[in-house]
Amino acid sequence: MKRVVVTGMGAISPFGKGVDVLMDSLFANESAVKSVPALAEIGSLRTRVAAIVPGVDPKEIPRKFRRSMSQMSVYATLACQEAVAMSHITEGHCSSGDLGVSIGSTVGSPIATHAFYKDFLSSTTLDNVRATLFFQIMSHSCASNVAHVLGITGRLLAPSSACSTSTQAIGYGYEMIASGKQDIMLCGGSDEFHLLSAATFDIINAASINYNERPHMTPRPFDVHRDGVVMAEGCGILVLESFESAVNRNAPILAEVIGFSTVTDHVSIADPNVDSIEICIRKALLDANISPHEVHYVNAHATGTVLGDIAEAGAITRVFGNNIALSSLKGHLGHTMAASGALETIATIEMMRRSTLIPTRNLDNIDPLCEGPRFLQNFDKAEIEVAIKNNFALGGVNSCVVIRRLKNDR
Amino acid sequence: MTDEKVIEIIDTSLANEFELDIEMMVPDALLYEDLGLDSLDRVDTVILLEQAFKFKIREEEEIRKIRTLGDIHVFVINKIHNLRETEGDIT
Repeated sequence: MKRVVVTGMGAISPFGKGVDVLMDSLFANESAVKSVPALAEIGSLRTRVAAIVPGVDPKEIPRKFRRSMSQMSVYATLACQEAVAMSHITEGHCSSGDLGVSIGSTVGSPIATHAFYKDFLSSTTLDNVRATLFFQIMSHSCASNVAHVLGITGRLLAPSSACSTSTQAIGYGYEMIASGKQDIMLCGGSDEFHLLSAATFDIINAASINYNERPHMTPRPFDVHRDGVVMAEGCGILVLESFESAVNRNAPILAEVIGFSTVTDHVSIADPNVDSIEICIRKALLDANISPHEVHYVNAHATGTVLGDIAEAGAITRVFGNNIALSSLKGHLGHTMAASGALETIATIEMMRRSTLIPTRNLDNIDPLCEGPRFLQNFDKAEIEVAIKNNFALGGVNSCVVIRRLKNDR
Repeated sequence: MTDEKVIEIIDTSLANEFELDIEMMVPDALLYEDLGLDSLDRVDTVILLEQAFKFKIREEEEIRKIRTLGDIHVFVINKIHNLRETEGDIT
């Protein structure tokens, strides 16, 4: 099996465009969560906060490509362009057949789907349906659009597993490179905000509703006063590449992916399961061929729901004991859904590179039911050799990637 | 509506939709080669024209022969004239 390294990263986050903007905001401990007054117009929707991407101009992308894109594909394209530039990838690499794309979203564009039905249900005619509608609502819209803009001819994969989407996209890309099927993969996830995304969690009583007047105070992962998810949007992209390819073309090597696992939790389609999460983490460590004590930091999924945070903290304690450093970035970013795994992996890699761990924002009073791990409530200077990134999705899809600072001993 | 106004509406609608400079909208402009349009844009062009002029043209054979912007001008002007005559016959 080949070693797999990260040679580029790109981000469109609720803080704006670019990895630097994301990291500057996280290291300033800022919140991207804001009031969204339009949500008040939806009957029975209680949550009124979200983290929306600011300052992105879709017209950066030529119309020929943009016409088949909804907002999520715009995010994916711009994030890929940043990642490709960072990795010094050329048009020749993209068209070589050795570079593929693994980018997913929770669903095809909800905004385009909404617009179609709004017109269709009132007119009952297809007269106004544009030729490009399908290309925006198909499940592999982000991956296809990125491939067209960049001229990619290798494999195309579009995992769709809600909150686990981009962790799976990274993991499956890692496995393709490790097995020698591709040299380079653009991996990640993208989602666009739509009221239905917020409603999904509100309907099942898992959305934050008590901080509508104080948006920067929610979500509150692991905090005793947490009350649920805050919906967000964005895109995270990582360039994964075989170590040998990266060395041959003198690409920057930012970190190494050394393990991945994804498991299905059949017990409940909605409720998190501590046993399944534990199995998922242990399988990832097994895949990485490391012991729990070799892991220095866990970047949690922790969205700020009552049940999810307890289950994750419990599983982490079972695997790692009481001294493992742990934080969640949902308090800063909200839940960027399909993008969360990739955006938070990017942040984890940057934490390793800068030897500084970012605490969980809004974690003021640790819930006794979550107690176990070493929750980070302040910035922590630490040399991190190995970290894991968790993501768990509605539908019972758990996933975990293992990241290591690059070493030359393997 | 005068023929000049029809041409102005066509040129403006297409230029706005496909983000083209209005200076490019000359009758000899080839839709594919000069204006950079393709088969998907052709579908949307029909929708734009139907919305702008309130007629139905999707099934008309003549559309398939259109190659230039000038062909669109002529097609739409003829269509409007024919509709006027038909409406005149009825009234």
